[in-house]
Amino acid sequence: MKSKSKPGASRYRMWSFLFCAPNIILFIVFFLIPAVIGVWYSFTNYNGLSRLDFIGLQNYDRLFHDVEFYSVLLNTIKYTVVSVPLCYVVSLGLALLLANDRIRGNAITRILVYWPTLLSSIMVGVTWKWLFSESYGFINYVLTVYGIEPVRWFSNPTSAFITTIVASAWSGCGVNMLIFIGGIKQVPQDLYEAARIDGATWWQQFKVITFPALKPLSFMVILLEIVGSFKVFAMPLTLTNGGPGTATTYMIQYIYKTGFERLDVGYSSAVSMVMFVILLLVSYLQTRINAKHEEEY
Amino acid sequence: MIRKNTLKSAGKSVVSILFAIIWAFPCVWMILSSFKPTSELFSYPLHLFPQEWTMLNFHKALQEFDILQYMGNSVFVAIVATIFTVLFSCMCGFALAKYDSKWLSFFFLCLLSTTMLPTEIIMSPSFEVIRALGMYDSLWACIVPAIGSMTGIFLMRQFFVSVPNDFLEAARIDGADEGVIFFRIMFPICMSQVAILSIFSFRWRWNDYIWPLISLYTKEKYTLQLALRSISAMDSISLDWGLLLGASVLTMIPVLVIFVIFNKQIMSSSMSSGIKG
Repeated sequence: MKSKSKPGASRYRMWSFLFCAPNIILFIVFFLIPAVIGVWYSFTNYNGLSRLDFIGLQNYDRLFHDVEFYSVLLNTIKYTVVSVPLCYVVSLGLALLLANDRIRGNAITRILVYWPTLLSSIMVGVTWKWLFSESYGFINYVLTVYGIEPVRWFSNPTSAFITTIVASAWSGCGVNMLIFIGGIKQVPQDLYEAARIDGATWWQQFKVITFPALKPLSFMVILLEIVGSFKVFAMPLTLTNGGPGTATTYMIQYIYKTGFERLDVGYSSAVSMVMFVILLLVSYLQTRINAKHEEEY
Repeated sequence: MIRKNTLKSAGKSVVSILFAIIWAFPCVWMILSSFKPTSELFSYPLHLFPQEWTMLNFHKALQEFDILQYMGNSVFVAIVATIFTVLFSCMCGFALAKYDSKWLSFFFLCLLSTTMLPTEIIMSPSFEVIRALGMYDSLWACIVPAIGSMTGIFLMRQFFVSVPNDFLEAARIDGADEGVIFFRIMFPICMSQVAILSIFSFRWRWNDYIWPLISLYTKEKYTLQLALRSISAMDSISLDWGLLLGASVLTMIPVLVIFVIFNKQIMSSSMSSGIKG
């Protein structure tokens, strides 16, 4: 039944509007207005207090000549390029390992792998900061026990970067693993039986049956992960504080730093707009790939 | 053959347990560390279990750090926001699923677009809006902006799409108006979705950092996450690890309790719909 064609449609229209009204207001006040203000700020020299003059494209001009901006953008891209494939492979691997309910221990392992995804980013940061701690941290202790020189994890750009990757994989894989397990369980079992009768190896079964069946889920997971890794903020903030220097400062932290600490709101908004365009491109890609995919099936 | 299969599954069990240990260890280590006195935290060799169990770190968190105050703030924010999120998402999801009009489809597209421009990106303008509404430095600033939830609306819409229209039509023929239909008939049948969304929404607000960060100023109004951050932001020399570990473990408890009780629901909803935190 579609209410449009029915008599009394205007009554339904009123009700549908009433049901949506709270979310419409929230959408306008906390999304649309900030978005519009953000675009406007990016063309001004607003400093959070009084000054607010239109300065055209100056912020963008400054941005594209700012070494710091490029290094932060590069950090974020590096983080995305490393963490997303890693998380994808680990999640898929864990899903393949843990999907079978008959293997003893799988149920409890699933719970334990999923658990960190429930923690806040701050908690994840604290947990790993404690493990990687340069003085009396567990990981350095294990290294010294095996006669390896302890690593000053947070003092070196590369090792600090590694800590953020490890923490993101630990805290992010559980959800994706569950999504993949859900997908694996929907693959008809007789496909595998037929493959086994034909003498297909485990790897062949994965390549021909499981992997293609998980393709739509893979797209979804990868693109969610990309958006998520661009948004990463509180975890590296707690873990490395963006350091050493700006080696692990990612986009959101940079937006926060320029907007709220340096009170360079106009400039910060210009950074936001660049990031918005990047996310827009990512989701455009997502819809394109999805559309292409749906055509195939 | 049977022998070989049991051997194989035993091998798989071992690998599985190995991953369980790897994934559980960081939290276990933190929890066990929180029971150690400072002298033990900073002396080699390290032991998995405290040599001397102490509640001192929790004491410090409760007495000096006043964690109950922050916990109270977080509980208030999480509960109030969750009630509104569930109610409004349910109403909106129902409307999007059961009424048909151009503006509704348009609004649905608008909602989808919010995933592309998360609050994290537009912090400064969001801060200005909070300030203009007079909500700055009030817990309401962590509640009201966060009530609208795309995931919540989507979850409810999916549910109501699966509810047969005849159901609705029968009630209409009986003369019930739409408000009565929603609150008397539709809302009660989606209780399992309400439960899932409540659990997730509670956790989103409990773990939220962005809104408290930009909107709270007075220390007494801090939420737990903000308070934790205020300890961990200290430089490495003045950082009180004992306090940080104690406070972190206390912060984890409510989420842990919810997870222990509802782990089946939480995990199966993640499996089928991919709800993320």
